[in-house]
Amino acid sequence: MLRYIAQRLIQAAVIVAIVAVITFVLIHIAPGDPFSAVMDNPNVSEAVRQTLRAQYGLDRPLPEQFVNYVNSLAHGELGWSFSHERSVREVLGSALPNTLLLMSVALVGSFALGILIALIQVARRGSVTDHTLSGITLFLFSMPDFWFAILSFLTFTYWLPIFPVGGVVDPTVHDYLSLGGRIADRLRHLVLPALTLTLLASASVARYQRAALLDVLPADYIRTARLKGLTERQILRRHALRNALLPIITLIGLSFPALLTGAFFVEKIFAWPGMGYAVVNAIGTRDYPLVVGGVIIGSILVTLGSLIADLLYALADPRLRSH
Amino acid sequence: MPWQTQDFAATSGPTPVRESPLGLAVRRIMKKPSSRVAFFLLGVIVLVGLLAPLIAPYNPSAQPDIVLLKDLPPSFAHPFGTDPYSRDVLSRVIYGTRLSLTIGVLATIVSLTVGVAYGAVAGYVGGVLDAVMMRLLDAFLSIPRLLMLIGVLVAWPDFSVAALVVFLGLTGWFELSRIVRGQVLALKHAEFVTAARALGARRRRILWKHLLPNLVSQIVVAATIGVAQVIVLEAGLSYLGIGVPQPMASWGNIIWDGADQVGTLWWMALFPGLFMVLTVMTLNILAEALSDAHERR
Repeated sequence: MLRYIAQRLIQAAVIVAIVAVITFVLIHIAPGDPFSAVMDNPNVSEAVRQTLRAQYGLDRPLPEQFVNYVNSLAHGELGWSFSHERSVREVLGSALPNTLLLMSVALVGSFALGILIALIQVARRGSVTDHTLSGITLFLFSMPDFWFAILSFLTFTYWLPIFPVGGVVDPTVHDYLSLGGRIADRLRHLVLPALTLTLLASASVARYQRAALLDVLPADYIRTARLKGLTERQILRRHALRNALLPIITLIGLSFPALLTGAFFVEKIFAWPGMGYAVVNAIGTRDYPLVVGGVIIGSILVTLGSLIADLLYALADPRLRSH
Repeated sequence: MPWQTQDFAATSGPTPVRESPLGLAVRRIMKKPSSRVAFFLLGVIVLVGLLAPLIAPYNPSAQPDIVLLKDLPPSFAHPFGTDPYSRDVLSRVIYGTRLSLTIGVLATIVSLTVGVAYGAVAGYVGGVLDAVMMRLLDAFLSIPRLLMLIGVLVAWPDFSVAALVVFLGLTGWFELSRIVRGQVLALKHAEFVTAARALGARRRRILWKHLLPNLVSQIVVAATIGVAQVIVLEAGLSYLGIGVPQPMASWGNIIWDGADQVGTLWWMALFPGLFMVLTVMTLNILAEALSDAHERR
């Protein structure tokens, strides 16, 4: 077990290292550099650009730039954000908790909802309910994240103004509210973006879990349970679900990239000040270091997600635990 | 005289006419009403794209009257309304169908080529090369595709649709190459491959004639899903303003045109989105049916 954990940790570290190299290559295959893209302003003279390039070390030979890049990454430095006039680490550091909050609520919510839908479908397999739910999950599964977020935004803030238009808190009154009022204010702002992301993510969970349950049903132990005289409900809950939950842990790891990109669009549309919001706005201002920082942190999150899922899997599966 | 493998089938007498596995799969899925509906709808959407110049009521880039005809809600003259530049949204959606489908198909061809080649080489050669190639693949897979594309596209000050297609294609082959590698690895020592090798077939021939034909249905499933993914990604990037450049119309960039005033210009988000969801859904239905047909084989 310890050996497995050590191996898996080393593997994750190697992946992050390769990601850093890939990102460096991505930056440097592009024509131009941050200063040709950021400063389209004709008033900025070539001399100023050269000075800036020298300041940021962009005039050095590539191998030297690479060493500097790796060195600063190793120290947790991601560069300077032009549009925020703060270091990228600070910008992303203050945005990250909001993204993690949104993602974790959606993660828990989508797995609970997805498994519930799958259980209902499998309990009534072949029925109208099953087919309808399959249709709905396929529809949600095919839904581009940003379009679904726009629709939910339009519906529940414009047409039926139930929820606030965006942000994490109400900027005018939040500071004057009591503690309970502040918590309520935060929750009110969280509900719609979190629900949107939850629904988007639950579709693949439901589809995956339904297939996993149907896979398990022909197994011998299910037949045994049925012969014991257990009701269909007991069989599903105690025998089928337990065995079909193991692959769910793998799915948690796999769902991270989708959850993260979903969060990017949801944050943009609901003005939720997380990492996605920062990075998407950085596209508009051509704040290249911030975008690259977002790519690196996003990839680290995904790697961590799959690492945690793998370790959980090893803990949950008795066949692996003994190793 | 060494045996010529290609003559082997011919010399063994008349062989019964065999349907290709793919043909069989297609015939099987067409029995399902849901796939028939999906196939029909997809056909209609493809026709809309192909016949765009014939059916679009207006020129998609024409700005007839930027003051009087802008931001009009849906009406008989403009069933999908007009945009802030007075362009007809229906015409733009029709032309957008053409562009979005083209980008989806072309980018997927790029992904298939790279993915099959990478997976086949890793699986067939094996050893250290395979290990290195797979670690590299792990790293590629841990960068979310959208983020990777944002990273590249922001660095590029100006880019054409062709470049967009290449980037979309080059970020879409990772899962496929893993499938191909797994299959090649599994089939490498199958009896028919050993037999072919014993008959003196070369590596390239074994790959092309013996291994890859066995992967066709999986590749087709991956391609179908791939097109759907590219359509969604292209729309997402265009919605962020770094996809298809203006004044060309794609589903995503029509939505982007109205994004600033999405509350008032709802028709600019709704109609292109409906086309997009319908397309992606039909592709997903067909992919699912194809992979079911493959598994039951």
